[in-house]
Amino acid sequence: MNLHKVYNTGRERVHALGGISFEISQGEFIAIIGPSGSGKSTLLALLGGLSHPAEGKVIVDEIDVYSLPVERLADFRREYLGFVFQSFQLIPYLTIIENVMLPLAVSSLSRGEKRGMAREIIEKVGLRSKELRLPDELSGGEQQRVAIARALVNQPPIVLADEPTGNLDSATSEEIMELLGSLTARGHTIVIVTHNPENLKYVRRCIRLRDGTVRKSDLTRPTNVAASSVAERSSDYVC
Amino acid sequence: MNLYNISFNNLRRRKAKMVFLVLGLAIAISTVVTLITVSRAMNAEIATSLDEYGANIVIVPKSDDLSLTYGGMAVSGISLGAHKIYEKDTEGIRSIKNADNIKIVAPKLLNAAAILQRNVLVVGVRFSDELALKKWWRLAGGRPTEKHEAIIGSEVQEKLQLGLRQSFEIEGERFVVAAILEPTGSQDDGIVFIDLKEAQRIFGKPGELSLIEVAALCYDCPIEEIVRQTSEKLPEARVMAIRQTIESKMEAMHRFEHFSYGISAVVVLVAALIVVTNMMSSVNERTREIGVFRAIGFRQKHIMKIILIEAFLVSFVAGLAGYIIGLGVSKIVTPLLTTNGSDASMMNPTLLGFSLALAVFIGLASSIYPALKAARLDPTVALKAL
Repeated sequence: MNLHKVYNTGRERVHALGGISFEISQGEFIAIIGPSGSGKSTLLALLGGLSHPAEGKVIVDEIDVYSLPVERLADFRREYLGFVFQSFQLIPYLTIIENVMLPLAVSSLSRGEKRGMAREIIEKVGLRSKELRLPDELSGGEQQRVAIARALVNQPPIVLADEPTGNLDSATSEEIMELLGSLTARGHTIVIVTHNPENLKYVRRCIRLRDGTVRKSDLTRPTNVAASSVAERSSDYVC
Repeated sequence: MNLYNISFNNLRRRKAKMVFLVLGLAIAISTVVTLITVSRAMNAEIATSLDEYGANIVIVPKSDDLSLTYGGMAVSGISLGAHKIYEKDTEGIRSIKNADNIKIVAPKLLNAAAILQRNVLVVGVRFSDELALKKWWRLAGGRPTEKHEAIIGSEVQEKLQLGLRQSFEIEGERFVVAAILEPTGSQDDGIVFIDLKEAQRIFGKPGELSLIEVAALCYDCPIEEIVRQTSEKLPEARVMAIRQTIESKMEAMHRFEHFSYGISAVVVLVAALIVVTNMMSSVNERTREIGVFRAIGFRQKHIMKIILIEAFLVSFVAGLAGYIIGLGVSKIVTPLLTTNGSDASMMNPTLLGFSLALAVFIGLASSIYPALKAARLDPTVALKAL
């Protein structure tokens, strides 16, 4: 609420975000869209507890996120959030299952429990047979599936995805968006940053940013169409 | 999956960098190991050669009436001394706290006797100890093996016109010349040396001693301390140190030791800088990776742990490698610097432990700043994507 973010570039202060307020309900699938430099990624970083706002608050589950001390903020990210990055950001020297287990590395779970949880989620993203491979042995789409599995392994209520289809072809992009869309049915709240209008057909709501402010927080869609339906043409959806 | 797996797998991936780091640290450790080993070998050699200087402690009975001298030392009169020292006192010397530093204990009984109508100083000695103590003695003939065999000084030989294997009498007891001492320029030239037990028996002084010479074998052992401990054990005796024999040699040795410490300190400093540079560059290369760790909920202390576990693993391996290399180099260098350094390259668990501890200390201490820097990385800057 009322989020401001200012960057000092040396000679001048750049207002990346200038007073943004909105609410997200549990189980929502939201897209943040806007041109380059509009503040999309900055907003996602603020929502993800990664970057302190100059002003304003981020409240999640009645927790004022930025009032937490630095180590508790890390705990908050681990317990509440799953991140999916544009360029996957998998750790190249860890196998697929090790990458997926990464958020559990600092938990007190046993080795077997960690492995079991990772296997379950890898199964869900369809990569069971490739769990012992290294990331560079997988295709782009497969790597993004691993990244999604990593974001979900500790069952966070919120998943934040920065351009999750940015590095993928259109067929794989649809696959990934469907996967993300299906998570809302399991109670996950999904927030994605995207510049691809094709992705809008999967989301329930969108926030359009321009010059660090919200231009529109709505989505026009046919009321009888399910969010996960891929049969609709993207041009039907206007943010 | 835990933090150790992350550290270990990262090291496996960055083999070239890690080999360079291990090598840098191992060279430093091996230099320190070499200097310590060579320095020890030199110390040991000096310690061994110290006994060639003879005794450095002399023990005589406490007395105000000095009537005999031996080796420049005043010795109490044979029957006039108020106090006496006995052969069992040699056991007391062997039981002091610094007993390990006592190499030779050579007890003596001095007595004047008439041999072939001439007065001669007869000294009862334990030949094994006496010959060990006086390495400079050159004997014509063999070492005495029988209790009635004697060594005579060159002046005695001239004075009494005695030759090898010729016999003579002391207090009615027959003795055979087993060896003639070549001129030493000392009082030994005018002495007849016989077995201590025989001397005590024929002079009627069982168990009694006139003086005890002691060689404390230790290049830097506290002679004053050994003197103090011996005095406590032998309250009836006067214990004196002959310090000048070893002080100059010890000083030279200490100079080499200080030089070794100086070189070691510089090498350790250079190694620490190599570790800092390497770990900093590793942290910079892994900025994005660290950003991911932070984003998915690793605490700052978890990031530090990952970096420090890596530093520990690398430095432990470097410590081990450094010890082995150092030992190998010592094997080559020690014989060049000493005449008897054959045991310098023996396995030494203490030195191995020291090498590992030093390497791990350098590795961890030098990685603290890079680890702190990594832990404090702003996750958004680290990720750039966000």
